[in-house]
Order: sequence, then C-alpha cells, then structure tokens
Amino acid sequence: MFEDLRDLYQEVIFDHNRNPRNFRVIADADRKVEGFNPLCGDRLTLYLKMDGDRIVDASFQGSGCAISTASVSLMTEIIKDKTEAEAEALFKTFHEMTTGKSEDIQLEAVGKLAVLAGVREYPARVKCATLAWHTLDAALKNQQQPVSTE
Amino acid sequence: MALTSFPVELIRADFPILAEKIRNKPLVYLDNAASCQKPNAVIDSISHVYRHEYANIHRGVHTLSVRATDKFEAAREKVRGFINAASSKEIIFVRGATEAINLIAQTYGKANIKAGDEIVITAMEHHSNIVPWQMLCEQTGAVLKVASMNIQGELLYNEFASLLNNKTRLVAVAHMSNALGTINPVELIIAAAHAHNIPVMLDGAQAIPHLAVDVQALDCDFYVFSGHKLYGPSGIGVMYGKQALLEAMPPYQGGGDMIKTVSFEKSTYAGLPHKFEAGTPSIADVIGLGAAIDYLNEIGMANIAAYEAELLDYATQQAKQIKGLRIIGEAGDKGAILSFVLDRIHPHDIGTMLDSLGIAIRAGHHCAMPVMEFYGVPATARASFAMYNTRQEIDVLMNGIESLIDVFELS
Repeated sequence: MFEDLRDLYQEVIFDHNRNPRNFRVIADADRKVEGFNPLCGDRLTLYLKMDGDRIVDASFQGSGCAISTASVSLMTEIIKDKTEAEAEALFKTFHEMTTGKSEDIQLEAVGKLAVLAGVREYPARVKCATLAWHTLDAALKNQQQPVSTE
Repeated sequence: MALTSFPVELIRADFPILAEKIRNKPLVYLDNAASCQKPNAVIDSISHVYRHEYANIHRGVHTLSVRATDKFEAAREKVRGFINAASSKEIIFVRGATEAINLIAQTYGKANIKAGDEIVITAMEHHSNIVPWQMLCEQTGAVLKVASMNIQGELLYNEFASLLNNKTRLVAVAHMSNALGTINPVELIIAAAHAHNIPVMLDGAQAIPHLAVDVQALDCDFYVFSGHKLYGPSGIGVMYGKQALLEAMPPYQGGGDMIKTVSFEKSTYAGLPHKFEAGTPSIADVIGLGAAIDYLNEIGMANIAAYEAELLDYATQQAKQIKGLRIIGEAGDKGAILSFVLDRIHPHDIGTMLDSLGIAIRAGHHCAMPVMEFYGVPATARASFAMYNTRQEIDVLMNGIESLIDVFELS
C-alpha cells in the first residue's frame, strides 16, 4: 500500500525505530548536547565519550519520528571509534546526501547511512534526518547550546 | 438534515482542486482547520475583479474606482449580515484573525490595560491568542491568567469564572479550539464576564466555517476571524467590534485612508471603519470573501453544521475501532476536528504515510504548544473536516491509518 514510500521508509529504518541502538545515558560523558525541533517535537540528547580526539562511545536519549530516531541510532553506531575529523567528514557527506546538493555522493562512503538517502525527495523530512548530525557537529565543536534544524 | 440530503457532490463539483491527484491518488483533503479550499465562486470573483473592476478604492472619481469601491463596501455589508453585526461600521478588514487580535491588543489593550490589570484566556488557545497578550503584558505590566481545561479538552468553567475580578480588563477566548475541536460555552463566558463589566473577545478563526455566528445574540464585544478558513482568499480577515468600543479606541496603523485631515502640526482620523484600515487593502480578496459568504449563505450554515456533525460522529466512531489510536480532545460540544495520536508512531510519520495515499492531514503542534504539553505529547495528527468531505473519504483515512500501523508493526 505504501510502495511510493519504500525509498524513505526502508526496513533498516523501521528496525532502528523499533529498537534504537545505544539508547542510554553515558554517565561520565565528555560531551552532551541537546537537539530539539520544536515544530516537530523531535527531541534528543546526544552523549559522547572521548579519548583524545577519538569517539570511544556514543549514545542518545529522546523521542521523535521514525526518521529522526533511526538517524540518530545509526549515527551512534557509525561514529564509534571514529576520530573527530572522520566524524566531521561523515557529517559533511551525510548532509550532502540528504539535502541532494551533490549528485554523485559515494554511498559506499556512508555505509548503512545510505538508507536515509531517500529523505532528499521529501524536503519536509530532511530536518528529521539531519537533527542528529547537527547535534553531533555541535558536540564536536564543544558547543553547549541546544541545536535545531528547523 | 440527513447525511444523504446534503448536496455534498454538488458542492464538491464547485471546488476544482478537489479533482487533483496527489501522488497519483485522488486528493482527500482533511487539513481544513489549517486552511479551506476555494470554490469557483471565489476564484472567479477574484479573477473578475482584476479583469473588470479593479482600481484603488475610496479615491478616484473615475468609474473603475467607483466600481471597485462599491464592490468592496458591498462585501463589508455581506460580512455584516453573515455575523449579524448591527452596523457595517463595525466590520474592520485586516489580514486575518492574527492581525485582528494584535490590533485589539495594541489599541484597545494599550488604551485600557495597565500594570497589575489582568487578561483572562484559556488553556486551549492558539498561539495567536496567547502571544499578542503576552506582548501587551510585557509592555504594560499587566498579568495573563489562564483558565484550565479537563482531559476531555473542556474548559473548567467554574475555574474560569473564579478568575474574573475587578482587576480583569479583558477576556479573550477561542470560540472553537483548533487543536481539539472544543466549542467553548461562549454564552456563559460572556454573561459571566459582563456581570463584571469585562469585555469579551472571541477568536472565531475555527468556529466561523462551522457554526452560524450572531454577534448581537452572543453580545460579544469583539469577534475575529480569517477569510481563508471560510473558503475565502488568504490574506484577508475581519475584526468585528461594538461600535462604541471601536470609536473610543485609538487607531492602529497610520497612513492613507485612515485620516480625515493631515497637516504637519496635527492629523485627524477618519470615522469607522476606515480609522482602522490604513493603506490600500487587499481589495480583490475582500470582494472574494464576499463571494465566499454568498456561496455559504446559499447552502446555509445550519445545514453545514448538521452535515459536519454527522461526519465528525462517523469519523469518531471509526477512529475508536482502531487499536492504539487515542483521540486528543473529546469535548461534549465539539466541531469537526479529529486530533489523534498512535502508539509508538510519531505524527510526522503518520502525515508522510497518509500523504503517499493522497490524504492531507496536519501533523504537529497546531500552534498550540501548551495544549500538547497538557496532553504530554510532542505533536498530534489532525484530520479536520469541511462541508465538502464525505464518509467515503473518512473510510479512506481510516484504512490508511490501519495500514500504516500494520507497516510499522510488521515490516
């Protein structure tokens, strides 16, 4: 019935929405930033544990739509053991992939995150997918104030 | 009027956009509380103005200007009749309900409300009936008081009445809630406020397309609404105020059309309604709003209300069959709005999924964040009905909701 939406709501997204990964608090987190889209009501708190410039643990808490929940869940998986520079590069690629600004994104470079590429056809939902990543960007820059993508 | 005798198919044929295909499916438009679609009568009247009757109003002696002015003022008279105001001088054209409330806050409010005075609203107001009062309170030192509601979304009338005292200067209440559908007991509210000599403003943005409104019978002091929710053009709305109040109020914006004389020493202001209508108004849209009112009068607001009540009953019954669906707003007196949430499925996912089936609903906080807070939800999905919706469309909606629940649970 929802054939048209297969590109947006892929099985991986339903899976991460039902069972979000790293859905917990890191009590001794080095970075903690809130992402909040008041118009949608999507809200998350991102926790990072650092070792030098390497992310050794990442987790989140919060609630939101399937796209934002899957996006942050996938993100916490993929950024683990990445350096800050590697995570920033992923953010940049992810941003280009979801906003459709670059035609020839190397989807292999983003791995599982490619399931979120479909969001580019739904301009109203791009902010759902990117909230996690803008929150990460703020955390990496050591900013404290809440992040919004609205 | 029985459901079958309401000429819904004839009405649908008057709304060209209802024939649109959305994502290759017939459009099922259920976002009427945000804005209604327009009948040919309105579209054609605007086109006719620009083709045959357009010039600036209240200015030229030339024929076109006279023609445009006559049409413009005829529309004002149509609005007067539609809400049964005593005089067309009491009908002020503004951009919409939001501007009307801001106008009242910044003219009536500034002139009459001082530090320590109180303004009473309810817990179910749209942001546009909260923020202008907060701004006025910041400017004057007045205090905003909020009457609570119960979990059904009904105003706690006794609590409301207990908030009224000799410091209260204004009561500003939604006639009908946009997020919940609740129709407030405005007759009681007005009587209680008037017993303390407190004027009452009704925010009629939601009520006006669903109910017959008689401002004299209600005895409200101000009534505001937007044209675009009344099947009319966007960018035009109405502020009704009792003549004595309007005459005592300072003007809102300064400019052309609102003056009697201007010199560099002092200007004098025009009489009603022009005092509040500075600058060239949205001429064609005012005339289009008049056409919308003619169209509605032909169908009859009582017939529309009866038909929509049956639609809402049907939708509510069907919604209650769906496991995991919770209706937000179950007031005893309710207009054609069905706000709901689903277990573990965010309203924005509901909105996107239904859109892929051609169904337009609203997902979000409906400019009523305090209402969302009250119910402990970040947002709701809202299906809002108009006179051109059908039982079949409600079936399409309910099937869509059941299917998306399946997709979320099974895939």
